[in-house]
Amino acid sequence: MDFEPSEEQQMLIDQVRRFVREEIIPLEAQLDPDASELDPADHARLVEKTKAMGLFGIDIPKEYGGPDIDIVTRVLLAIEMAQHRAGLYVPCYGTFGGAGLAQIFEANEDQKERYLYPTLRGEKKAFFGLTEPSGGSDPARAIQTKAERRENGWVLNGAKLYISNADRAQYGIVFARTDASKGRAGITCFIIDSDTPGFHVRRVVHTLRSSHYATELEFKDCWVSDHQVLGEVNKGFAVANDRLTRQRIPYAAGCIGVAIAAHEMAIEWAKMRTTFGEKLANRQAVQWMLVDNEIDIRTARHFTLEAAEKARRGLPFKIEASIAKLTASEGGGRVVDRSMQIHGGMGMTKDLPLERWYREMRIRRVGEGPSEVQRMVIAREILGSNLR
Amino acid sequence: MSIRLRLDKPWRPLAADEIARLPGQLGVYQVADAAGAILYIGQAGARAPFGLRSELQREQKERGDGCQFRVEVNQQYRTRWFELLMVHQADHGSLPPDNAKNPPPLGRLSPN
Repeated sequence: MDFEPSEEQQMLIDQVRRFVREEIIPLEAQLDPDASELDPADHARLVEKTKAMGLFGIDIPKEYGGPDIDIVTRVLLAIEMAQHRAGLYVPCYGTFGGAGLAQIFEANEDQKERYLYPTLRGEKKAFFGLTEPSGGSDPARAIQTKAERRENGWVLNGAKLYISNADRAQYGIVFARTDASKGRAGITCFIIDSDTPGFHVRRVVHTLRSSHYATELEFKDCWVSDHQVLGEVNKGFAVANDRLTRQRIPYAAGCIGVAIAAHEMAIEWAKMRTTFGEKLANRQAVQWMLVDNEIDIRTARHFTLEAAEKARRGLPFKIEASIAKLTASEGGGRVVDRSMQIHGGMGMTKDLPLERWYREMRIRRVGEGPSEVQRMVIAREILGSNLR
Repeated sequence: MSIRLRLDKPWRPLAADEIARLPGQLGVYQVADAAGAILYIGQAGARAPFGLRSELQREQKERGDGCQFRVEVNQQYRTRWFELLMVHQADHGSLPPDNAKNPPPLGRLSPN
């Protein structure tokens, strides 16, 4: 497979790179180092720019009004969009639009009118409610939130943990157990409006990602009608699995973008900084760190583009997506760590973005399926489905 | 071990000698009137030259005598700040008056 960008892809890459360097980084320099939001006026102005670039709603399929961008190009652009301080979790501060995991393209027409289209227009926000206090890596077994049939609808009881944006969203997609005897075949996905009685955002969960919190949710006799079932009853696990598999590719791309930015900073610093009468760049110890950075980045980039290319061709890409997520999150973490080491004391300060990337990159080895689960997915694939 | 949701340390007078003893660290703080009604919830971020000390010195200069304060050293100053604002809103139905003048984007929290 040839992963060199085409002329057209390179033009888009250059366009996004200019946007990040000329629009995002100067504004970001005025914000708190842990900020994750632009001033609303700046945000609105930049959204107009991304619309003028023809790149707003970049994850939205063409049939829903999004730009016609294939997933390989999307990965190349995601790598560029992440190359600033807040870029790992809020690439370009959301000025390219999109709804992440909560895009509900499998919704019926009524649900699309009520939820999907307003979300794509930027009028509604959504959250993705999968993980529970009992665990997140093994949703088929860990989901204990129950939905019981009652009065032409369902009553939900239970809790969700580490859920982003639930306190600000107008609705969310929530996974609950509708048949306790059926394991993964007993989970249903519901669309829950945030003002539904019995739905509560109970607390903020503080993490290493101090720019943005997660939340804990409680469902207490929360009744929803049959119209709120997304897809079919007892087939919600497939909805979650599809989201998580697809998301692994752009998730990996974000890690690569940050790794490239950290690596470029380390190279620049190594060429400039003199210690004991010698440039850091002339020291073998530093050269080897930079070489290892380069290898980690190239490896992750290759596997991520390979996964994207398979997805683009409509081929199975589950194993490739896991390899991409694994190599990018683990390799990206190593790159940021080495880049901090090369910067010495300055690398530890909030004057540079490295410390934020270090904290946030650590989460990436757990978020969206930890490294161990990715290895398990790959092992199952290469050893056969009978592996227990 | 759970984190305390509300900042419930004793109030200290918003006075120069008290503030001078504060650490130069990141964190959050509350300023109240003499009766203990919260006027403002603030954060000392990485741009404050001496963290909580700088922020409270600025508050004292702007507000003069008669107010009180309390602080919490916290590396997650931003998310903790959002949390304190949302908890205050849930408890009192509104933000502290000086935060309400320029409210940040906040979510809904219904703490137990």
